[in-house]
Amino acid sequence: MLKRVLTSREALLVGAIVLLLALISSRFPSFVAPGNLTNVFNDTSPLILLAIGQMIVILTKCIDLSVAANLALTGMVVSMVNVAAPDLPIVVILIIAVGLGTILGMINGILVWKLAIPPIVVTLGTMTIFRGIIFVISDGKWVNSHEMSPAFKAFPRAELLGLPVLGWIAIIAVIAFTIVMTRTTLGRAFYAAGGNPHAATYAGINVGKTQFWAFTISGALAGLTGYLWVSRFAVSYVDIAGGFELDVVAACVIGGVSIMGGIGTVAGALLGALFLGIIKNALPVVDISPFWQLAISGGAIIIAVALNAQANREKGRIILKRAEQAT
Amino acid sequence: MSTTDRFVPDRLQSPLEQRLKSWETLLLLVAIGIFIANSFASPYFLNAWNLSDATFNFTEKAMIAFAMALLIISGEIDLSVASIIALASTAMGAAVQLGFGTPALVFIGLGVGLICGAFNGVLVTRFGLPSIVVTIGTMSLFRGISFIVLGDQAFKGYPASFSWFGQGYVWWVISFELVLFAIIAVIYGVLLHKTNFGRTVYAIGNNATGAMFSGIRVQRVKFILFLLTGLMSGVAAICLTARLGSTRPSIATGWELEIVTMVVLGGVSILGGSGTIVGVVIAAFVMGLVTFGLGLLNVPGIVMSIVIGALLIGVIALPRLWSMWRTR
Repeated sequence: MLKRVLTSREALLVGAIVLLLALISSRFPSFVAPGNLTNVFNDTSPLILLAIGQMIVILTKCIDLSVAANLALTGMVVSMVNVAAPDLPIVVILIIAVGLGTILGMINGILVWKLAIPPIVVTLGTMTIFRGIIFVISDGKWVNSHEMSPAFKAFPRAELLGLPVLGWIAIIAVIAFTIVMTRTTLGRAFYAAGGNPHAATYAGINVGKTQFWAFTISGALAGLTGYLWVSRFAVSYVDIAGGFELDVVAACVIGGVSIMGGIGTVAGALLGALFLGIIKNALPVVDISPFWQLAISGGAIIIAVALNAQANREKGRIILKRAEQAT
Repeated sequence: MSTTDRFVPDRLQSPLEQRLKSWETLLLLVAIGIFIANSFASPYFLNAWNLSDATFNFTEKAMIAFAMALLIISGEIDLSVASIIALASTAMGAAVQLGFGTPALVFIGLGVGLICGAFNGVLVTRFGLPSIVVTIGTMSLFRGISFIVLGDQAFKGYPASFSWFGQGYVWWVISFELVLFAIIAVIYGVLLHKTNFGRTVYAIGNNATGAMFSGIRVQRVKFILFLLTGLMSGVAAICLTARLGSTRPSIATGWELEIVTMVVLGGVSILGGSGTIVGVVIAAFVMGLVTFGLGLLNVPGIVMSIVIGALLIGVIALPRLWSMWRTR
């Protein structure tokens, strides 16, 4: 039992993160000060939220490349709502954000479920469509800090026990989805639908519908993050979070989520996101140009997916080499 | 789902009626329709030089689309093509700063393309990794390297003889790129439809295991297809860099989407196993005409991307909706 825990992907990642922190702190001790670590966690919270949603989608053998565009579109809509009606309570803003994100996720889900279009095609398409819609509704203009109401900007930054609300939301999401994924029928259905779709069908699980729910959850989390993102950075424009979907996929893959579906945990997604978040925050500290970040994310994806493939390779004697890699 | 799962061979020797009903014919009608609509919408459309300019909208993308079509027919995909352009362009830009001449630049552009393609190919075929994730990874990696090299700078100062690849005209309004596009189209058409190699690509896409049992070296064929896609990205990088005359790390951003859209619009099944080069050629013209027409009407680029995205989903969704409606 202990051995299994110690050799699990999560334990390895915790080890890697501790090692990474030790390496950085040997040169820059202030990086691991509690205050800074809280900052790093808070800064990584959007990535954690999206990675949880993405993990669920990947579990069901799909991929959601539209999350960053969903985030940007929802962010633009709520900031425009805020400009138009500054007195609207934050609860309403949150409902709009989650609701719009959910609808956008459902659009992906319906296309995958009812029309059986490959998820990568659907979400590549909706990714550009969402970005285009932002341009159309905003006319390409920015919503700047001074146009947003103070309450709108204050919500994610308000501190509770030294951690901003943004960080707390990530923690709550991690706990809630850990319970959903391990203790509910829907949570187990995600694993079943991705692990063995045929068996899942015979067990009475509607695979397409399960995928639909995965996209819906991913969309809802992206919508929520959309509001948190624009209010935290106090700006909204067409290109916010551009390319962020790659970081999200990277976080999942690093966290041991198998791209073939059926394997992955919320804890893994969390640790994968933290790993990337620490690297991203450490780059300026150790004086490496931020332009390195894209290449590092890409390299991390490739290394992680290669490691996953090694770890998941069947242990038994291979009588017949598989010609096609399941896609 | 039995109706949509049915695989149709690339092209049976069909009677005339069947050919008239084919995807390619439909697409051709759409292209003609757009052409007519454009000429009514803008008085500037029917002008030999304007039409010649319009071809630049798709020639470079289509060069990659041909190789991508083969790759998708074989059941794989390469999302890193636009990043390969960025990296190849950056390498050529760096070579210019070191004083290399045009032949060396072409060699470097093609070489970087091949190396990138080989990198993708090795990861997919040797390590058995899914091509979607590998190429999402290399998509950031390749462009990331360009960003490391260039940051917010740009490479300029390409020699005049190099510019000819992107700006030269062979005869009257016929540009070098258009000629190259036609030559590459013919080469890929022959390769896919008239050679053993082409048949193996279809076989792999329809049933990789079956293909392996028939004695086809599945992984080697796939590796070659990744190499070809990388090579064509190198060719496109040469043309695009020569045309723009400068290199920024953000060059050709989002092209992978347009190229995949072009391939799918051309009737290639995203699940692999079917499609034709003729379809891709017509799809290239359709997309070129649409973007050029919208451009003449002063529609901003990002709004065009809505059209491209809707086209990508719609092209796959409509036939499925149609068959669902018919079998109801």
